[in-house]
Amino acid sequence: MSVVDRQEWDVVVVGAGGAGLRAAIEARERGARTAVICKSLFGKAHTVMAEGGIAAAMANANPHDNWQVHFRDTLRGGKFLNQWRMAELHAQEAPDRVWELETWGALFDRTKDGRISQRNFGGHEYPRLAHVGDRTGLELIRTLQQKIVSLQQQDFKETGDYESRLKVFQECTVTRVLKDTASSSGSAAGRVSGVFAYDRETGRFFVLEAPAVVIATGGIGKSFKVTSNSWEYTGDGHALALLAGAPLLNMEFVQFHPTGMVWPPSVKGILVTESVRGDGGVLRNSEGKRFMFDYIPDVFKEKYAESEEEGDRWYEDPDNNRRPPELLPRDEVARAINSEVKAGRGSPHGGVFLDVSTRMPAEVIKRRLPSMYHQFKELADVDITAEAMEVGPTCHYVMGGIAVDSDTAAARGVPGLYAAGEVAGGMHGSNRLGGNSLSDLLVFGRRAGWHAAEYAAAQAFERPPVDDVQVDAAAAEALRPFSAESPEEGTPENPYTLHQELQQTMNDLVGIIRREGEMEQALETLAELRVRARRAGVEGHRQFNPGWHLALDLRNMLLVSECVARAALERTESRGGHTREDHPAMERTWRPVNLLCQLADPTGGLAATDPVRGQIDLLRETTEPIRSDLLALFDKEELVKYLAEEELYE
Amino acid sequence: MATGTEPPTTEPHPVGGGVRTGTRAAIDAPHLRTDRWWLAPAATAAGLLAFIVYSTWRAFADADYYAAPYVSPFYSPCLAERCEPMHAGPNWEIFGGWWGISPAIIILIFPLGFRLTCYYYRKAYYRGFWASPPACAVAEPHKKYSGETRFPLILQNIHRYFFYAALLVAGILTYDTVLAFRGGTDENYEWGHMGLGTLVFLTNIVLIWAYTLSCHSCRHIVGGKLKHFSRHPVRYRMWQWVGKLNNRHMLLAWASLVSVALADFYVYLVASGAFDDPRFF
Amino acid sequence: MSSYEARFKVWRGDVEGGGLEDFKVEVNEGEVVLDIIHRLQATQAPDLAVRWNCKAGKCGSCSAEINGRPRLMCMTRMSVFTPEETITVTPLRAFPVVRDLVTDVGFNYTKAREVPSFVPPAGLGPGEYRMMQEDVDRSQEFRKCIECFLCQDTCHVVRDHEENKPAFAGPRFLMRVAELDMHPLDAATESGLDRKSTAQDEHGLGYCNITKCCTEVCPEGIKITDNALIPLKERAVDRKYDPLVWLGNKIRRRV
Repeated sequence: MSVVDRQEWDVVVVGAGGAGLRAAIEARERGARTAVICKSLFGKAHTVMAEGGIAAAMANANPHDNWQVHFRDTLRGGKFLNQWRMAELHAQEAPDRVWELETWGALFDRTKDGRISQRNFGGHEYPRLAHVGDRTGLELIRTLQQKIVSLQQQDFKETGDYESRLKVFQECTVTRVLKDTASSSGSAAGRVSGVFAYDRETGRFFVLEAPAVVIATGGIGKSFKVTSNSWEYTGDGHALALLAGAPLLNMEFVQFHPTGMVWPPSVKGILVTESVRGDGGVLRNSEGKRFMFDYIPDVFKEKYAESEEEGDRWYEDPDNNRRPPELLPRDEVARAINSEVKAGRGSPHGGVFLDVSTRMPAEVIKRRLPSMYHQFKELADVDITAEAMEVGPTCHYVMGGIAVDSDTAAARGVPGLYAAGEVAGGMHGSNRLGGNSLSDLLVFGRRAGWHAAEYAAAQAFERPPVDDVQVDAAAAEALRPFSAESPEEGTPENPYTLHQELQQTMNDLVGIIRREGEMEQALETLAELRVRARRAGVEGHRQFNPGWHLALDLRNMLLVSECVARAALERTESRGGHTREDHPAMERTWRPVNLLCQLADPTGGLAATDPVRGQIDLLRETTEPIRSDLLALFDKEELVKYLAEEELYE
Repeated sequence: MATGTEPPTTEPHPVGGGVRTGTRAAIDAPHLRTDRWWLAPAATAAGLLAFIVYSTWRAFADADYYAAPYVSPFYSPCLAERCEPMHAGPNWEIFGGWWGISPAIIILIFPLGFRLTCYYYRKAYYRGFWASPPACAVAEPHKKYSGETRFPLILQNIHRYFFYAALLVAGILTYDTVLAFRGGTDENYEWGHMGLGTLVFLTNIVLIWAYTLSCHSCRHIVGGKLKHFSRHPVRYRMWQWVGKLNNRHMLLAWASLVSVALADFYVYLVASGAFDDPRFF
Repeated sequence: MSSYEARFKVWRGDVEGGGLEDFKVEVNEGEVVLDIIHRLQATQAPDLAVRWNCKAGKCGSCSAEINGRPRLMCMTRMSVFTPEETITVTPLRAFPVVRDLVTDVGFNYTKAREVPSFVPPAGLGPGEYRMMQEDVDRSQEFRKCIECFLCQDTCHVVRDHEENKPAFAGPRFLMRVAELDMHPLDAATESGLDRKSTAQDEHGLGYCNITKCCTEVCPEGIKITDNALIPLKERAVDRKYDPLVWLGNKIRRRV
């Protein structure tokens, strides 16, 4: 019988990054008692790593900007695979979300007339990114954190308890989303009833009972070896949704950011912000050539400069010149760098050169890119005001994620489950534009919190009961690594070793350039790892035991990695963050196709270890046609490049 | 359920104070620094001590503080009747004849108070003399600590009034420096002369002004207190300028301390006849 | 430089007790202390508890004391030590220990709650805020803070005097008060809140004796003492030690 501590809340938000905190603020402001659970300390979420800015068509820097242009840029960046209604809402609501931050105390960099300054970024037609130097993510997370504190201060005044209506459970991990069962609630079975979690510090289990759960756990980057993501990015939310019966959408689309550090080895993958290029930095190969001019794809030919002179003029006079190709969407730049290195024109440590030192005076670099200056100085002994950086692609973001309803952020198939931020799929299509993630967090974080609160209010008189059997099963699952001393077969496995092998596999076989044979091999390796992961054993006890935590996270990484590999194998074209060497072209016939991943064994068992069968089933789905007034925002000639014949004539 | 995975019940280890408080990581050493952390506070203490010894001797000496055209900064302005008469020098007999000891004592209160309450010197002597703390992350020896919350240290808050006084003093020392451009014989005492002492005085007064204006209170008064720099462009520019000086507040504090002692010592040497001021013209 | 074997002493234990444990571990070119701790986890001590996140000096999670000095483990390069040196890593010593290198930093979250939040100006809606760059510069410097709490750890007011914790917010949160007081649109005064006096009355500004250790350890290079704490002290002086103001208050109270 389960003896775990239980608490009742209206809305539980899993994850305390930008989306999670924005959702929590919204839910609390709409009257729901809201709990936030996060793996790290409050305020340390991966959002702090976002550097460049928040994309929002406020038209402060260029009066021609508006939501339609932003929408268009987003769709082009995502190669028209975006869930268009999300892209529309996002472009429309982003400015309000940014302005709202100012009323909570955020301090963005300013224009001469005192409005929010906006900077250029890859794929955005106008300067659009609200920013604070190159630490915008920190400003965002701190502002939301401080807004939460201010709500708690209000609650304290009214109730004498800071945490009466809004509480952050920091350093806690959710391992299962709980649902009610037919036996306990009759016909309405399958609703979310709460979450099962453990406190990392003490190792104690607890259950938060709630009719609505918002998943905002971010991405999956820790399944790859070279990544800009932190340890938290183990795909927890993706796995929680899958295990709860919700499908994942288009998981093959993983963004490799073109510019990560490549040297020294210990910092390989750490992000070098796109602002370096937005502010004038250029990419060169070992021959000193600005190679990006050779890599402008046909669909973007009219939008980008053909000569260095024109590209350079653009920074001063954007209305009469076209932008330099260094500012192409990230997928294009990442592939170009990859090709240059493969062709033997790379830098000494296997990247290319990114240079600002010859483009801007030292003081300007230090003022506009302070943390980049600091990062290279401290970690690589490189003075970016005097020499070029060495950079290469790094796993950065997953466009795929939990399939959600555009307007409500509700996960498909599981009433009461919501998802927002990186963990939700659809918004960015096959490739995300820089700056669109922070705005995504705010727009859909708010929507998720809003609809979760409404849904929870509607359930107030028939709260779904928590099923004790599920709680016991979750506790047993979480404790398994401790009893691995006596496995049926073989010796206990070291979770760190398993993790390293998983990262190597994904990096080498399902990385930036993909081939059919390699992905099949990856699926086999993943199946082996899955078997071995069941024997992952840990030493010590439950109090703050990182080995144990990793052993539990392995389940999620393996699930998500399989989704990526399976979907990538299925999609026989190249589009955005998915590049197939054996199918190098973008196929218009694939444009309206979504790939959904679902758990093969929906009873919740994870016994399936057969590499062919695996744990994941793939489902093809035809996307909803793009609304005609939105299509009308594009030229016919452009649409022809993306849309299938039949879509054009609908 | 598996056994042996429950965390141990927690009981703090035996209690001490500060970093040895029971709930903190059980480490006995008051610090684990391996660098020469004691060097900076030791040097600070030695420097300040040397100045205190020297200035005490000179302040109570009541002699050898004027050698035309130079007046020792320790004795300027000279406010008692007993002061040595100086050629149009800073003799203002406000205190009359009843003042029986060295006239330096009257006036030294102000620069002393300014430096004693100075934000830099506070750090220096709290660390160097009072070991509160001796260095960062090195445990301090005191059982109790109330900082500047109560008497007497709460008086540190009057720094800005000493700053105003220091402005006056700096003004008078400027006047003294101007006077140092005189010279010649007693009958023919006139402007337009210069000696090595004049240079010493010039250097000193520049450093004194730089130190005085680099003061944190000054930075606050000229512009720091404003909420909107954009509405006060002139004060904003002044604030930025004082800020630049303020970055070197520590350096200026030491440089001006040495220069003022040197200026006094120079006057002493000349006045006591140990050294003859080389005249340039 | 190639790889070599380094000697480490890492504090292991919990609130019941513990001590420095010796390790010998491989070090490669370009690595930082956090890499070495991770290598210990992966090869010798799988349950070695340590907090970390971004590994790029942006989140402020991996605070510890290395050779007795409060630092971020991810920003301390191994090349600053000689290969012969024994490197000692302990948890932050101003906070209660949880396990190994992990401490309970709850003190800081408590203090964060005690600082009244930004008060939005009445009559200005979202999108109507106008602020000049020179007016936000000061507060922006303080908002660079990554909340690693190294300044809170090194500050002797609480590090050496546990009993001062209730009365003293610490450099990080006094800086927060300064940040809000310098915010060009903060309307606290209009709402009846005087941040200048509360800094002293409620957040313990007077405990600070400006010995600058907070500035010394700040990994973001924020000049906490010169730009936040001292200006805040001066602002408190404006309120409380200006004789004219003092006299005025005195008279008003009489009347």
